[in-house]
Order: sequence, then C-alpha cells, then structure tokens
Amino acid sequence: MDSSAVKLETKDLKATYGKVQALKGITMKFPENRVTAIMGPSGCGKSTLIRCLNRIHELTPRTKVEGEVILDGVNIYSPKVDPVAIRRRIGMVFQKPNPFPTMTIYDNAVAGLKLNGLRNKTKLDALAEKSLRMAFLWDEVKDILSKPGTDLSGGQQQRLCIARALALEPEVILMDEPCSALDPIATAKVEQSIVELKKEFTVIIVTHNLQQAARISDYTAFMYLGKLVEFGETAKVFEKPKSELTEKYITGKFG
Amino acid sequence: MTILVIIAVILAVIPLLLILGDVFMRGAPAISIGFLTHLQKPPNVSGGGIANAIVGTFTMVGIASLISVPIGVAAGIFFSEWATTKVSAISSFMNDVLTGFPSIVLGLFVFVIIVYPTKQFSAFAGGVALSFVMLPIIARTTGESLKLVPITLREASMALGIPRWKTIFRIVIGTGKNGLLTGILLAVARATGETAPILLTASTSIYFAKSIFQPTASMTVLIYNYATSPYSSWQTQAWGTALVLILIMLGLNLAVKLTIGRNLAGTRTEL
Repeated sequence: MDSSAVKLETKDLKATYGKVQALKGITMKFPENRVTAIMGPSGCGKSTLIRCLNRIHELTPRTKVEGEVILDGVNIYSPKVDPVAIRRRIGMVFQKPNPFPTMTIYDNAVAGLKLNGLRNKTKLDALAEKSLRMAFLWDEVKDILSKPGTDLSGGQQQRLCIARALALEPEVILMDEPCSALDPIATAKVEQSIVELKKEFTVIIVTHNLQQAARISDYTAFMYLGKLVEFGETAKVFEKPKSELTEKYITGKFG
Repeated sequence: MTILVIIAVILAVIPLLLILGDVFMRGAPAISIGFLTHLQKPPNVSGGGIANAIVGTFTMVGIASLISVPIGVAAGIFFSEWATTKVSAISSFMNDVLTGFPSIVLGLFVFVIIVYPTKQFSAFAGGVALSFVMLPIIARTTGESLKLVPITLREASMALGIPRWKTIFRIVIGTGKNGLLTGILLAVARATGETAPILLTASTSIYFAKSIFQPTASMTVLIYNYATSPYSSWQTQAWGTALVLILIMLGLNLAVKLTIGRNLAGTRTEL
C-alpha cells in the first residue's frame, strides 16, 4: 500500500435486511484521495456496504447495522454522532439519476446548500459553477441553468447529481454503480470526472464493470456473499489475485 | 372497439350535459346582479336575492377549510411517510371508511356535540360539520399523492444531509403538490354542495349572520326550501341558485386544471 492516509475504515461491519444477513463482518480501510472500487457478483452486499458508510441503509425499514464505521478517527455510528451531519461529509451518487423534478438545473446543483440554509447568492453561484465544472457539465448547461433539471439527457442528469453531491464539498464521495444506467459516451464523461475528483476527495465506487474498475480505480475490493474476499492495489488484484475466488470472478467464470 | 368506447364516453357525458342544460334554462331567468347582492324577499315580491346564502356557504366552507386542510394534510403526510407502522395502516383504513360516511350522520354528530350544548344553530357548527366531510378526502388524496413520490428522491435528499422533516416538506410535498391541491379543491367543491350536515347545524336565516355563532343561510339549504315551496317565483330562484352553485363547481374544477397545468408546464421525465 502506498503512503496515503486512511480516510474511512470499517470494523466488523454487519448489516441485515429483515432476516437476510447482507454483510457478515466487513473490516477494511479506504485510503484518502484515492479511488477505491468495490466489485462482486449481484447480491454480494456491495451496495449495502456503501449505504452503511453514509448511514442511508438504516433509513430502510426493518434494517439493522452493527459494528463500526470510522471517519477520521470517529465512529459515525456512535450515539453522539448526528447522522444528518455525517451525510454532509460523505456524499452519495445513486445508480439511477435522481434530480429533483420540480427544480431547475441551478437549483438542483445547489439543493444541498440551499436546503441546509445557505442564502448568499454569490457563494451559491460560485459553488454551482465549481461543482458543475468538476462534473464536466458546466459547458453544456451554463446557458440553460434555469431550465428544469429533468430536461437533460440521462447522462447529463447523472452528472448533475454528481455536481449536486460535490456542491456540499464533502470529504468522501460514494457512488453506487453510477454509470450502469448510462450509454458508453456518457459513461466515459463520468469516468473522466471521477479520476479528477480524487485530487480533492476520497472516492468509493461500487461497480459491476470489471474494465471500469481496472480503468479508474487505485484500489479494488472484491466481495462475495457478504464477505470481503480480497483488497489491494488494483493492478495487483487484477494481475495476481491472492484468492482463487477473485481469479474466477475476474476471468469471468462466474458473476 | 373504438366505436364502443366512444359510445360509452358519450353515454357517460350525456347526463352531465342534460343537467347543465336544464339548470341553465330554468335558472337563467332568475340571475341578475340584484339576485346576487340582495337579501331574500317574500314570494312574488320582486328584487329578492340570495346574497346571504352565498356569504353563508362561503363562510362555512371557509371555516371547514381552516380546520380540515392542516389536519388533513398532516394526516396524509403520516399515512405516506410512516406507512410501515401499524398505527398508520389502521388509521388509514379508518380514514377510508370515513370518506364514505353518510353526511347526515356527520351532521347529527355535530348537532349533538355543538348545537345541543350551546342551544344554538350556528355557522360555526355548520363549518365543523363540513370539516368532517372534507377531512377524510384531503387526508386520503394527500397520502396517495405523496406515496407516488419515488423513494429515490427522498434518499437523494437525505444523502445531501437534509433532515427528514425538511425532506418531507420541501422535497416530498414540493414534488407532490399538484395532488395535494387537487385533493383540497375537490374537497372544497364537495363541501360547497353539501346540504344535510348544514341543515342540522346552521339551520337557515333570511338575514346575514352577524357572527359565526349565529344561524346562517346557505345556497344548498335555500334550494331545498325554495324548491319545495308552493311559490313559482321562489322555485325559479331555486333554479337560479342551483345555476350559481354549478358555476362555482365548474370554476373550482377549472382552477384545479389550470393549477396543475401551470405546475407541469416545462417539466418532462426521462425514462
């Protein structure tokens, strides 16, 4: 592992959906200012894992989380921590683009700021532009900022959702298969922005696309049936996987 | 197949058109500015009007709205956002039962709890009775409209660190507001046309009510009284009142269409 610090780590993280044990004790570290990809076959728990990282998982009824998630040395599941405040430090982009349908492109981009009380128009304008640029969407929308967010194409909507998450200037960005609903050209644009993002943020991306993981991530984790099977630098995991299970997945024997 | 469907539509619309046409023909002769602004006069005396009835109806529907809109919307929010709890499931069922309640029974209930103890018919009691009619409708339509808002929008909002109450009021209600407005306007239209509950609570009057704690005239009760009277001049006025009432209904429904149309203009959803 290179000498980057650990931004986020989990300690024996367990999670259930009703009676199903989706995570069976995950212990791992996410390096700061790097892109970590989490991959695995459907049902392995990768989405559940990142939804536990920003305490979104517990919003679904009949779910339970045990264990620790530590951000900068503080366990975010401790009763003293406010989950709402955590979600401003750990942002999320979902699989299907979900811009707010009643808001304009501009309002969507700054929704997190406005609804958290920021009123200063100059600051809002500046952050809107900054985050739309980081999502590689600014040039396409700078003249149509007052149009509804849903007027954009699927790929543009997803980049708008990325900008919306970035505008809060979080420390960590979680992405749950952000390109699975997009065409290859839109995917390429989103990947382009992800690689740039790690300069300022720590990125954790769930993907079922092996080539994508190989292209854009620095570290890769492989999960299977709720357990962490392997974790390491992407190049090493792909070329010389330590586990036979990992090798089978990478070579396409299952998943 | 298409022909059958078109015939069905025509058959469905014919009763409405017949009623509208009939009411218009019989009621139009009674309409005039005086009709809308004067108090009632004895039969066969010219210059009578229904001004106090119009004011009475609006007053009672206004009181009913003040009571039923906040409570109904709050109940609807509970049905939608806490839908998985047992309390919500049971109360939602009971609310549905209440929507179909005979309005005369609601009127009897308000008679017992307000009119009898205060020994007084009043516009206030009429307003309360109408609020019982409106409340379940508003709660039901609010709940259904908010349930239609996709979960992904709530998650997107929570993931931005927006607290739950703000997510509900700004995002969920913001997205579902068309349904809410429609429900409220439909409840208002329904209350405007009710007769039995206000017959038992507000009674009637030939004057303007000086306060809401006095009996008041209303358009629906006036129609009943005048139409069942033996005087043809009053019967014509009953038709005139019916026409005014129907025009108000049409106006409310038009307002719904326009509100929704304006809010939907310029939005399109990507699949």
